[in-house]
Amino acid sequence: MSTELEHAVETARSPFAEAFEMFRKNHLAVAGLILLIVIILAGLFGPYIYVADPFDMVWAPFSPPGEEGYLLGTDYLGRDLLAMLIHGARVSILIGLSAAFLTVFIGITVGALAGFYRGLTEEILMRITEFFQVLPTLLFSMVIVALFGASLPMITLAIGLVSWPSVARITRAEFLRIRELEYVTAARACGVSNAKLIFKVILPNALPPIIVQAALMVGSAILFEAGLSFLGLTDPNVVSWGQIIGSNREYILDASFTVTVPGLAIFVTVLAISLVGDGLNDALNPKLRQR
Amino acid sequence: MKPLLKVDNLRIELTTRDGVAPVIDDLSLQLNAGETLSFVGESGCGKSMTALALMGLLPEGVGRVASGQILFDGEDLTQASDARMREIRGNEISMIFQEPMTSLNPVYTIGEQIAEVLRRHQNLSRQAAWNKAIELLDAVRIPNPGARVSDYPHQMSGGQRQRVMIAIALACEPKILIADEPTTALDVTVQAQIFDLLRDLGRELGTATILITHDMGAVADMAERMIVMYAGRKAEAGPVEQIIEHPRHPYTKGLISCVPHLMATLTEERPELTEVPGIVPSLRDFGRDQCLFASRCDRADDKCKTSRPPEIEFENEQSSACWQAEQLR
Repeated sequence: MSTELEHAVETARSPFAEAFEMFRKNHLAVAGLILLIVIILAGLFGPYIYVADPFDMVWAPFSPPGEEGYLLGTDYLGRDLLAMLIHGARVSILIGLSAAFLTVFIGITVGALAGFYRGLTEEILMRITEFFQVLPTLLFSMVIVALFGASLPMITLAIGLVSWPSVARITRAEFLRIRELEYVTAARACGVSNAKLIFKVILPNALPPIIVQAALMVGSAILFEAGLSFLGLTDPNVVSWGQIIGSNREYILDASFTVTVPGLAIFVTVLAISLVGDGLNDALNPKLRQR
Repeated sequence: MKPLLKVDNLRIELTTRDGVAPVIDDLSLQLNAGETLSFVGESGCGKSMTALALMGLLPEGVGRVASGQILFDGEDLTQASDARMREIRGNEISMIFQEPMTSLNPVYTIGEQIAEVLRRHQNLSRQAAWNKAIELLDAVRIPNPGARVSDYPHQMSGGQRQRVMIAIALACEPKILIADEPTTALDVTVQAQIFDLLRDLGRELGTATILITHDMGAVADMAERMIVMYAGRKAEAGPVEQIIEHPRHPYTKGLISCVPHLMATLTEERPELTEVPGIVPSLRDFGRDQCLFASRCDRADDKCKTSRPPEIEFENEQSSACWQAEQLR
């Protein structure tokens, strides 16, 4: 009996450690995570291992994969597709992460304030949220990029500005639920200030669905960036996957691999992120946990 | 002696769909240092609202103190600033809640939650607060406190969590502890332990306790004085023994006769367990100029239904708001 009790004490784990344990048991999610790590490593270190300038014309245009040692072939200007893909991974993932971060940052701030203070604050903030939500997302971000220039920060900002409302709504809903729970009243009764109530008492408990949403945001931000650069709204000085597809799209019938290769890269990356997000959802949602 | 807490003619109004209703109507009370005062009454008669009002935690936008004063050590809490209230809460007046299962934050260890209060109000260092937290767990009689201090709330039973709540509430040695039905959600055996703990620690620290409950047994066991609340009004108040022996209000009488008595042998003839018929009137009727208990009272006459009975004081410190208090014995 006593050994059992001691064992229970030893395995004291935080709810987040427990969620990690759940995540580890989900093979698909772990596979997604490994895939994602590989892609990130390729983006980070690839350019140092496979040293090649993605903008250099190295060989005849449209040479098929494998020819002349160019593993993935060349595009319509005779540029090395593998080099472009590796450099493009950096941009895609950088934009995916920073746009998701921006999204979550704005979303949590707005949602937390609205859900915590209620009343007029909530009314105003949620009307603003709804305003952003009903804007046609692609059109709005195209306007921003067209007006302020197609630099990476601007594209990130454009993606962040159109996608934060969903995070804000989730955060607000969680805050509305949690603020009424007894441990929040108990914390108030201990003299906790509002700022601490928001960030240290309520937010950690509201995080699980926000984390899942944030993970999926990374995927949708990558897709969004690809969409924008496909339309030509991208920084011409950096390679991105969407841009490769966009610039080669006219030759899709003659050299389909120039479009397929970056398309597959986007597909695989977003799939990996979705698997991770799904695994996080299962791990963090207490209702889906098998005990 | 100057009372530690003095509430004068407190009126709390709730804004509901039907308009403004007084959930607490003209409540006055005094609490001396180290004393235990008990609030008794059915659900929905304003006991918890009084507690929240004392803490300045009335539901925002819905409840407000309409008139009256809450004097704590001579300072009117109804006028105190938010910052001042935060200083008082948890430090000078603290509170434990009904539901130990939900009143601890699930993402922090209990040690972190106890240490947090200490660091905020007493400026202890991280390490000192942690050590004090272990001491406090020991004081609330949690076995093996050194190991359990880093447990999460879900690893503890209801009774243990309520002990942790008591540890948090008493961490800063407050002058007043408000216990809002601290044992309602617990097993009977654990209830007795929690009451014992509250009484012992209260005595040790010299903390005055306001015990909110509907358990007459606990009142008789714990408190020196009691206030019987009905529909937001004080029905009866006075020393516990006298009230239980000679209730001067038919509602108190009803409450006392509702408590079941254990019989030594089951063959003995058992007295029928009585009930107080009817239910508490709805909020919108709270402000009426009548005795609100009249509809449930078998002694009610026309006078009870047309004007609110005043509080009649008796020589033995007992007071009752009933037109027939004199006749009731």
